[in-house]
Amino acid sequence: MALSVDIRKKMGDFQLKVRFEAENECLALLGASGCGKSVTLRCIAGILTPDEGKIVLNGVTLFDSAAKINLPPQKRNVGYLFQQYALFPNMTVRQNIAAAVRDKQRRKEVTEEKLRQFRLEEVADKRPGQISGGQQQRTALARILASEPKAILLDEPFSALDSYLKYQLEVELAETLEQFPGTVLWVSHDRGEVFRNCRRVCVLDRGQSQGAFTLRELFHEPVTEAAARLSGCKNYADAVSKGTSVFLPEWGLTLDCGKEVPPDIRRVGIRSHHVAMAAADAPGAFRCEVQRVIQDVFITIVLLRPENAVPDASPLRMELDREDWAKAEDKNYVWAAIQPRDILLLK
Amino acid sequence: MDWYPLYNSLRIAAISTVAVFFLGIFAAYYIAKLPRLVKGVLDVVLTLPLVLPPTVVGWLLLCLLGPKRPLGAWVLETFGFKLVMTWWSAIFATVVVAFPLMYRTARGAFESFDHNLADAGRTLGRSNTWVFWRVQMPVCKQGILAGTVLAFARALGEYGATSMIAGYTPGRTATISTTVYQLWRTNDDIGALKWVLVNMAISAVFLLAVNLLETRQRQTGKGGGR
Repeated sequence: MALSVDIRKKMGDFQLKVRFEAENECLALLGASGCGKSVTLRCIAGILTPDEGKIVLNGVTLFDSAAKINLPPQKRNVGYLFQQYALFPNMTVRQNIAAAVRDKQRRKEVTEEKLRQFRLEEVADKRPGQISGGQQQRTALARILASEPKAILLDEPFSALDSYLKYQLEVELAETLEQFPGTVLWVSHDRGEVFRNCRRVCVLDRGQSQGAFTLRELFHEPVTEAAARLSGCKNYADAVSKGTSVFLPEWGLTLDCGKEVPPDIRRVGIRSHHVAMAAADAPGAFRCEVQRVIQDVFITIVLLRPENAVPDASPLRMELDREDWAKAEDKNYVWAAIQPRDILLLK
Repeated sequence: MDWYPLYNSLRIAAISTVAVFFLGIFAAYYIAKLPRLVKGVLDVVLTLPLVLPPTVVGWLLLCLLGPKRPLGAWVLETFGFKLVMTWWSAIFATVVVAFPLMYRTARGAFESFDHNLADAGRTLGRSNTWVFWRVQMPVCKQGILAGTVLAFARALGEYGATSMIAGYTPGRTATISTTVYQLWRTNDDIGALKWVLVNMAISAVFLLAVNLLETRQRQTGKGGGR
């Protein structure tokens, strides 16, 4: 294992309990804001101290509460890309990079090499406040790599940039990280960013890690509601297993799952774009009242109320192409259906 | 005209500014890290000299340093000299009254300092000392400089506590402020006016220098701005 983390930390009412292992790979830490992603990174970097647990990087114990080991950040050799980059404002780009080179003899050489590699020669003598957001990020990355880290931690690397700039930089960052031989932890709340750049994902929900999944597991077969939520699924309901189908009391629906439903299934998740309009006689079709129609940029969002739903049931959200909604004849009542394979069974 | 008070005032102010510079920064740096309650108590104690009348500070200092008081008596017995009524006695007074200005401005500057910068330096392998002197101090330069100037100005203008602890002995403990008072008391308005003008000239030159410094910094540096 390149990096193994198993830590607990209490901060007021917030309880962090994180456990995962990463190879020399790019592992994403995905979670909503305030779920403890940054705290986890800070514990690994040595900026914060966990209450108990163990952190091991490439066989070196960085932290072990039982053995009373707690290496200072200087000795951990972990590069940390801060949200706002944390470039030293009183130094030029060149000085910022030079500050990170540990070996005095090679300082000049490494600095110039990094300036070239990250195309920063033109702004080398400018200060961070005088360069663009993209150049700031490149400087921060160059500075981290100049310190020759064993692992790199990225804390929401694009939160400081607007979305247009973001995509261009994301490709650049991914290319840089591909050449990095060690572990990369990429903290994000954006599932798209994670999907594009990482192979495996560790999901964090209110301070609790839910283990690491492959992208396929997370997006196609999420096993917990937190994982399903982070993968973008928006409809949830309590469920009761009925052989090869599930009964959803809230919506008064029995849905065919096409396979045996384990008895420990308590919830189901249904992605909005998997709820589709159907003919009245289609298998599994159920009639719904249209509660509300919301026009989005490219799609139409329709909030449905299944016919047999309990009085205060939450709406079933359907997303479809704008043209498809325009074609619907009756816009007050529709028939909807969900394919058996699209029902996410959650514990 | 005897220039001794000018010389004496400047050296007292200069020495106490150096002392207050380090004491204030040291206190600001470490107190910022303490738990809230301890911080609150220390904050009040250390800022008190700013709002107390200088005579109260002087009286308290005499209670501690006077030749018949514990510390003063011990020094007199052990080393054979008095802590009060010498030219350098005034330094005690100026340090105490100027300290809160340095401490508070430095603390304000440190509190607005982005600690991610320090953490970045540490994760890059730099020592805490390096981070402090090469990042934190330069980034907080404006606040530190302002505090130093205020401390110097306050030390130069100190009268109440100084007059109590160092007294007024021409050619020995006289400072500009005690001289002005003495001259006024003896109806020498012309003499007093001379020293008033000297004092105003020094203060003006000093403030002008600070303004120039700030302007130059804004033109070249553009510090901050992340």
